[in-house]
Amino acid sequence: MIDKASWIAVYPEIVLLVMACVIAMTDLFVKNPRRTSTYVLTLLSLGVVALLNGLYAQGGQTIYAFGNMVVSDSMGNWLKCFATIAVMVTLVYGRPYAADRDMLRGGELFTLAMFSLLGMSVMISGNNFLVIYLGLELLTLSSYALVALRRDNATATEAAMKYFVLGAMASGFLLYGLSMMYGATGSLDVNAVFKAIASGQIKHQVLVFGLVFVVAGLAFKLGVVPFHMWIPDVYQGAPTAVTLLVAGAPKLAAFAIIIRLLVEGFLPLAFDWQQMLAVLAIASLLLGNLAAIAQTNLKRMLAYSTISQMGFVLLGLMAGVVNGNTLSAANAYSSAMFYMVTYVLTTLASFGVILLLAREGFESEEIADFAGLNQRSPLYAGVMAVCMFSLAGIPPMVGFYAKLSVLQALISSGQGVHIALAVFAVMMSLIGAFYYLRVVKVMYFDEPITATTVSAPLDVRAVLSVNGALVLLLGVVPGGLMSLCANAIVQMLKT
Amino acid sequence: MSLLSLAIWTPILFGVVLLALGRDEQAGAVRWLALVGAVVSFLVTLPLYGGFKLDTAAMQFVEKSVWIERFNVNYHLGVDGISLWFVLLTAFINVVVVIAGWEVITRRVNQYMGAFLILSGLMIGVFCALDGMLFYVFFEATLIPMYLIIGIWGGPNKIYAAFKFFLYTLLGSLLMLVALIFLYTKSGGSFDLATWHKLPLSGTAQTLLFFSFFAAFAVKVPMWPVHTWLPDVHVEAPTGGSAVLAAIMLKLGAYGFLRFSMPIAPDASREWAWLIIALSLIAVIYVGLVAMVQRDMKKLVAYSSVAHMGFVTLGFFIFSDIGVSGGIVQMIAHGFVSAAMFLSIGVLYDRVHSREIASYGGVVNTMPKFTAFALLFAMANCGLPGTAGFVGEWMVILGAVKFNFWIGFGAATALIFGAAYTLWMFKRVYLGPVANDHVRALKDINAREFLTLGLLAVPVLYMGIYPKPFTDVMNVSVAELLKHVALSKLN
Repeated sequence: MIDKASWIAVYPEIVLLVMACVIAMTDLFVKNPRRTSTYVLTLLSLGVVALLNGLYAQGGQTIYAFGNMVVSDSMGNWLKCFATIAVMVTLVYGRPYAADRDMLRGGELFTLAMFSLLGMSVMISGNNFLVIYLGLELLTLSSYALVALRRDNATATEAAMKYFVLGAMASGFLLYGLSMMYGATGSLDVNAVFKAIASGQIKHQVLVFGLVFVVAGLAFKLGVVPFHMWIPDVYQGAPTAVTLLVAGAPKLAAFAIIIRLLVEGFLPLAFDWQQMLAVLAIASLLLGNLAAIAQTNLKRMLAYSTISQMGFVLLGLMAGVVNGNTLSAANAYSSAMFYMVTYVLTTLASFGVILLLAREGFESEEIADFAGLNQRSPLYAGVMAVCMFSLAGIPPMVGFYAKLSVLQALISSGQGVHIALAVFAVMMSLIGAFYYLRVVKVMYFDEPITATTVSAPLDVRAVLSVNGALVLLLGVVPGGLMSLCANAIVQMLKT
Repeated sequence: MSLLSLAIWTPILFGVVLLALGRDEQAGAVRWLALVGAVVSFLVTLPLYGGFKLDTAAMQFVEKSVWIERFNVNYHLGVDGISLWFVLLTAFINVVVVIAGWEVITRRVNQYMGAFLILSGLMIGVFCALDGMLFYVFFEATLIPMYLIIGIWGGPNKIYAAFKFFLYTLLGSLLMLVALIFLYTKSGGSFDLATWHKLPLSGTAQTLLFFSFFAAFAVKVPMWPVHTWLPDVHVEAPTGGSAVLAAIMLKLGAYGFLRFSMPIAPDASREWAWLIIALSLIAVIYVGLVAMVQRDMKKLVAYSSVAHMGFVTLGFFIFSDIGVSGGIVQMIAHGFVSAAMFLSIGVLYDRVHSREIASYGGVVNTMPKFTAFALLFAMANCGLPGTAGFVGEWMVILGAVKFNFWIGFGAATALIFGAAYTLWMFKRVYLGPVANDHVRALKDINAREFLTLGLLAVPVLYMGIYPKPFTDVMNVSVAELLKHVALSKLN
């Protein structure tokens, strides 16, 4: 018998599922080529879902529902809340772009976005290997379809194909790893697996064998070296609106399953997976930053920049357990969470500007397309500049505090290796500063190649301004979001 | 809101308003609003001097509130005798720079003025911050407006200069960031400077910290051999940018030595003082010689800045009252004099569009009023008694002679080089017969230019004739600092 609390725990997901179906149906009757009513209805439902998640997170309760299959905790609810908002913002930025490119002939963009969000929510709440895997598949299958949404566009189709093949392989990795873990521990339940491993009765070799596959699968989803091949191609090939759907909110879900699996499930194996993450992080920082320098395509440059940024997140995740001591775990994981949330916020705004500048028949995705943007529109150039400085980690943008908290987590562990890693990471961000600055240079120092003024619908303008202002304002007062992440992680670790 | 917050946020607020509302169509209004902003920002710093108590080394006008709770970072401001004058200097130079850019800047005026106002607020923040992280945020944030100022309004090679400026200084400060976090961990979770000053540290830790800070501050000062960015950047930056860079931004580095390196790692500072002294001597002597052979006026003044800042670091690391005070006085004096030198070059550049010394000659014939100013500033740059440049250099040399005769001797010879390159440039540019048609066509300075140069001439003379108000303020704080540095912090 399923108790009432279980239903309450997944209420936001139920709303999301029902509304996704309702919107899919009602969209059949929408005649408007810009799908205004579908759009408004989607935003309204997502708004309600975000609000619900936010309220749940505020409540701060931890509920295990459906026989431990899913968990509704503060960390998960905040992540779901942020992911929902990220999808909303993506849809606001993406609609004019999609409409110009014949992607709104049906309402698939909206329904698929909602289903991918549902997948993310399930991933974030999953407390069971299978549930997490199901959520992941729902997300990725929706994403494959979204990337291929422009059927007649060769690069988009190619990107979708690559994404699908590599993504399926990664899912295979993850599933294989999880099944090894299941075989070794005899349970799919994350908490039960934790207890089984902590008991020390299980052969270490088998666990590490499974762990390697799990980490590889996760690394693929996160897009870190050497599992990063799909990122540049998909970022560049997909229609920009979809790129943002793939690049934004899902990162939060990927972070959540890393926490659920590696921390909540395999924490006793931390010594092993931290070493793996360290290698992945170093490779990502190195390759991501160096390859980004060579790019002329802005989307591709941001793709490589993502790879290096995810390297930073991994640095935060690998500093949690020192010599078997979990004292600094909360500090480390909350810094990684803060990094991820602020990264998504910044990514939204920077892609927002790219989407805004794209017009019918013109993609505006080369860095050179941004030449002299400051003279055409100081506001949007300002937003983009703030984002670039934030990604480069220059104070007072929020990206600086993200880097600060990760570096602080590394250095507080007191290990010589970690301090060396911190120095390596800041040197890499120096390289990173170069290519972010180049975008600012193009916008501010170069002369514009076209005099056309930049115009945008009111909703885009408003959301983009708020988004850009947040990147700066959260930098001036970062305390609130930091404490939020810290509290969420502390609570997660307690249970 | 109390005084220091006002000093920091008034210019920033005006800058943000200018960025948000200004349009090139209303450039006149934008200029006036910028001037009002700069003057108001300067006026709010004056009560700091009025209300400053001379008999205590404690921080004054202290403000403290929680900023980032999770990392125990506080919005903690205060000034002592070391930092007080820099707050006023920054706000003052800002007024001069706004007036100097009045007619010269015609494109994107609001962004130009806004950038300078915000920059001045941020730099005041650096001088007032008593929390390590707050300091770092202000210190780094200054890079953004300066990068844009150089890149947008700079000379032909501005992009190279802007990147070199940004990346070079970022390299240094990133190492400092690691050092700050290390101190945070060591001190059990505090970014408070006073706590760090008392924190006992092992010899290795102090050495590592000393060199991390050294990386940040030596690049900023800049000390030989990491000074190479400065001439490149000065040459390309617009006049106002050069003035602010030389007058204030270089001081951020020297100030960092006093606030961070020396009190946090006193043992390492004493142990490695010979290195700083050696580098400073190379700066004053070798860079002085390099300045002599420059053909470009701005480059010459840039190298002369490196040489003058060499006196500052030399004064600091001989650890005597007169040396440290002399270094600080030299910083203030150089703030006025270098700004004046760059603005003078700007006056010529606006008319002839050349910075080559060879393009000029006999300017005195066509611009007598301007040449009078230029002579005063050139004399101050050589350190002639009666001008601001003399006091600090003399104090540093006196301290150096007491410390070690030959170091003092080396520093004193540098004064000769200083006189040589400045006066030789003055001779070639201003004196002699009219060299060419460009010079013949020159018009003497207008009222606005007279005002900017006059505003700087007053403190240059005043400080030379009656330096007491400047030295009085810092005596107690410097003595306290030296007392602190003399004690070992080894555990």
